[in-house]
Amino acid sequence: MTKSAVEANQKEMLSKEEMLSLYRLMLLIRRFEESTYRKYREGKIGGYLHRYDGQEALVAGIIPQLRKDDYILCTYRDHAHALACGTDPRQIMAELMGRATGCAYGKGGSMHLIDPDNGFYGGDGIVGGPVPIALGVGYAIKYRGGDQVCVCYFGDGAFNQGGVHESLNMSALYGIPVLFILENNKYAMGTGVERSTHQPDFLLKARAYGIEAERMDGMDILEIHSRTQAIISNIRRESKPYFIEMNAYRFLGHGVADNPQQQKFYRSESEIEEWKNRDPIHLLGRKLEKMGWLDDSEKERIEESVKLEVEEAISYAERSPEPAIEALYEHVFG
Amino acid sequence: MSVMRYAEALRLAMTEEMERDDRVFICGEEVGQYQGTFRVTEGLLERFGARRVVDTPISETGISGLATGSAMAGLRPIAEFMTWSFALEAMDVLVNHAAKITYMSGGRVKCPAVFRGPAGTGNQLSAQHSQSLEAWYAHIPGFKIAMPATPEDAKGLLKTAVRDDGPVIFMEHAGLYAQRGEVPEDPEFTVPFGLAAVRRTGSDVTVISYSHMVGSCLKAAEVLEKEGVSCEVIDLRTIVPLDTEAITASIRHTHRAVVAQEEWKSVSIVSELASLIYELCFDDLDAPVERVGGPMTPMPYAKNLERAAIPNEKNVIEAIRKVLA
Repeated sequence: MTKSAVEANQKEMLSKEEMLSLYRLMLLIRRFEESTYRKYREGKIGGYLHRYDGQEALVAGIIPQLRKDDYILCTYRDHAHALACGTDPRQIMAELMGRATGCAYGKGGSMHLIDPDNGFYGGDGIVGGPVPIALGVGYAIKYRGGDQVCVCYFGDGAFNQGGVHESLNMSALYGIPVLFILENNKYAMGTGVERSTHQPDFLLKARAYGIEAERMDGMDILEIHSRTQAIISNIRRESKPYFIEMNAYRFLGHGVADNPQQQKFYRSESEIEEWKNRDPIHLLGRKLEKMGWLDDSEKERIEESVKLEVEEAISYAERSPEPAIEALYEHVFG
Repeated sequence: MSVMRYAEALRLAMTEEMERDDRVFICGEEVGQYQGTFRVTEGLLERFGARRVVDTPISETGISGLATGSAMAGLRPIAEFMTWSFALEAMDVLVNHAAKITYMSGGRVKCPAVFRGPAGTGNQLSAQHSQSLEAWYAHIPGFKIAMPATPEDAKGLLKTAVRDDGPVIFMEHAGLYAQRGEVPEDPEFTVPFGLAAVRRTGSDVTVISYSHMVGSCLKAAEVLEKEGVSCEVIDLRTIVPLDTEAITASIRHTHRAVVAQEEWKSVSIVSELASLIYELCFDDLDAPVERVGGPMTPMPYAKNLERAAIPNEKNVIEAIRKVLA
């Protein structure tokens, strides 16, 4: 399908309200992430903080079209996934601030957001960690004869861990309904793909395990949305894995410590600027403007409502109590 | 009651649990078509089909992920490691995922998975196959650890493990698979976790052990009985949870303790037991606690060297004599 055909098709499939809601979700993720950095600097958020700026389309293009009984897994860059799953931003912010009202009651923190009620089975602090888990979650779906899917996000750095390969092989071997999303943001922390991966064609690797695979523009939410619809229904129908490499980019450093000064060791400012010209939020905004579905006042209105939602999340978290000290010993065993 | 081998008792436990609960399934290397490396899963593929008895590639991380993920999504998997030595391949899934997901999620996601297979030393299997690593798992908050010494416990503890809502490290001993013993046929028979068994009552010294080493302790007690020494032998059955009450009650009675295991002695289960005994029973002790464990060497192949590297009843006897001296 040509690009204009995709757009034409898209206009038919997604209503104005749906497209504006995807726009709003991406904006919410961006503004939420920006606020986490402020709160980190204030000392209210601790630990590691990995932001999703620039990759919003990867979650907003896929997760909203899933069902509540589907499963989503990802790595430690997970705030966006939780937001896209519909986890209450207040519970996410409370978790980041280590409060009793957090989605993991303050036990998990930034890398371990989780919300099974909304299908979100967790962030994961280990880069290749969610992939073997997705194999098992997917097996449970198949075992029960359900038509859910498990969507498993992981990064280009994870592809050099052994467990990823074991799990891709086994998921193909057993016909497991998992959609593997490779968030190829070009860097495993500070090591570029070309410096870590001798064969950088990830599709080739997925296909080597007998998994159908394709590459998508990770900046174009409408492309992601329209192309993954059929993929997801196929997975539901045929119970087999599918692999998508998202051509994406991490606007910011790996974590807070990987500041602009640090990033100079491994990437140029001009490279970052080039990618920022294709900011997924602006791309969709411009499209919506062209279609006459978004103007300045509507933009302002969305920006305002997102701002309110983030402020409310912060205020809720800051008002929330820390976990009771007895909680230290709770939930150690199942 | 009927008499059966330890391996058959394990199979019976799995068969009963799979009959009782459709969420229970088995996965591992050679568990199905091959009938199990040690025949523990013999006949189960024919009985339950490939959906519930899943042959896997040699991919321990994958196997552990299959079990952990499916448990998080509501199934009750039993993952078999061909030996616990191979589980070293899967350490990230086990330690950083299975053991911690309940805690990390504030109890919102559970992991009712059983990880089982043979552990222990012997049979000239040498350095990479002949070892016992229970202390690794005991060090991690989140795991329960069962190590049955008898066919009856093999059945009862495995059934409890399957019914537990958290991850269970279930270490069998290859040297016990052929051992016969009475096993209750009642499908509701279980052995609770955290309840040690007094295998022999005595008044002079308490000998605490688990798994295969319990047999060596009982042999040592028999030998010493002829010399007029009365040994109480405690089989812990589960390392986590630990029945500290049984340990302290016995030591308050005997005032002397020997702790014995097969695995390396340093930084081990017996190290932990000895320090616990000092913390809880210091005033009751008439002698320092003696520890029996393997020497700090990888397991050698040569028969004579291997014999010197695996603790046996002679080591237990020496230790008992020392605490009685």
